[in-house]
Amino acid sequence: MIIAIASCKGGTGKTTLAVSLALSIGKNIQLIDSDVEEPNDHIFIKPQINKKENVLIKVPKVDLNKCTFCGKCSSVCAFNAIAVTPCSVNIFPELCHSCGACEYFCPTKAISEVDQVIGVIEIGAKEEIDFIQGKLDVGQAMPTPIVKALKKYIDQSKHTIIDAPPGSSCAMVNSVNDADYCILVTEPTPFGLNDLIIAIEVLRKLKIPFGVVINRSDIGDNKVEEYCQNQEIEILMMIPFSRRIAEGYSRGEPLIESFLEYREKFKNLFMMLKDRYG
Amino acid sequence: MKICITSSGDNLESQIDPRFGRCAYFIIWDDETNAFEAIANPNIDVGSGAGIQSAQLVIEKKVSMVITGEVGPKAEKVLKEGRLQIITEAKGLVKDIVEKYGMGKVYSE
Repeated sequence: MIIAIASCKGGTGKTTLAVSLALSIGKNIQLIDSDVEEPNDHIFIKPQINKKENVLIKVPKVDLNKCTFCGKCSSVCAFNAIAVTPCSVNIFPELCHSCGACEYFCPTKAISEVDQVIGVIEIGAKEEIDFIQGKLDVGQAMPTPIVKALKKYIDQSKHTIIDAPPGSSCAMVNSVNDADYCILVTEPTPFGLNDLIIAIEVLRKLKIPFGVVINRSDIGDNKVEEYCQNQEIEILMMIPFSRRIAEGYSRGEPLIESFLEYREKFKNLFMMLKDRYG
Repeated sequence: MKICITSSGDNLESQIDPRFGRCAYFIIWDDETNAFEAIANPNIDVGSGAGIQSAQLVIEKKVSMVITGEVGPKAEKVLKEGRLQIITEAKGLVKDIVEKYGMGKVYSE
């Protein structure tokens, strides 16, 4: 079973939840951190990394001896990544989506595709938990190719937890779109509710079943709860605010180690989801 | 020679648009004929690369100098490859810039 943990708003508790769920299951499980711009799960899991693999994308390279500066490559680029002047071709790899159109349409075959490293995938383990994370290189703008590369490591013989990046962009969509179930984490604030509604829209379009965890459930207002009740959305868990949770988090201690009672709660949550959606 | 001034409107009475890549109009003024052409910027709403495409557009129009508020690093690279002179920090009405240019008061530091 693949369970994705997502939230449009940042800082609501995706990492806390993903780590807690993985640790409470304990074995036959893989945790994939696809928040590639800021993967944090390793801080709590403390895995041993055994293998690293570069993630490559294809970007165009121009042979100026063959180029006639006709501008075809620039006009077919949907991402405006190429500008042609009368005597130069300027390629901006950070905007390139590796579609290959420029190479395909170049009338003089002056364009070839070359590999460019945009990040790395790290593979390791902590006891019986398989741990995989992606890291986007600083200065790179596109997390999605790393998210897609990460998903090739999904092991169907195990249960998989995917810690998705915040937001509702391509990287989040690609992180959740093969999941059997998605847990949305939010907080009971106007910002939390606003972004929860956006996340729900995404999941309904993708036809992925989901439920909501309300973190810091005793702060803010009760609008998130009211919204879930009106929309008949299941609230899976409420985690009240606690200074002790925050202190544990700041020391890199997983929630279920600072608060042993949560170990049982997360285990039960997983068993329930497995029975219903696994 | 042709000079491009980024403008918020399609005539010389308009305010200068401080952005280059996503300006409303490019006013392309010819200092020899004193005639101008206003081009609605097709790159206002593109997701990415507005500056790059706008730079390519003014190069295609055979412009020699760009006068605007600010130019981003990608657009700047393309404009420099196209051997265009770039003047930034321009403010006020487009016609004032045209006038100042005529008096030799437009220069880059």
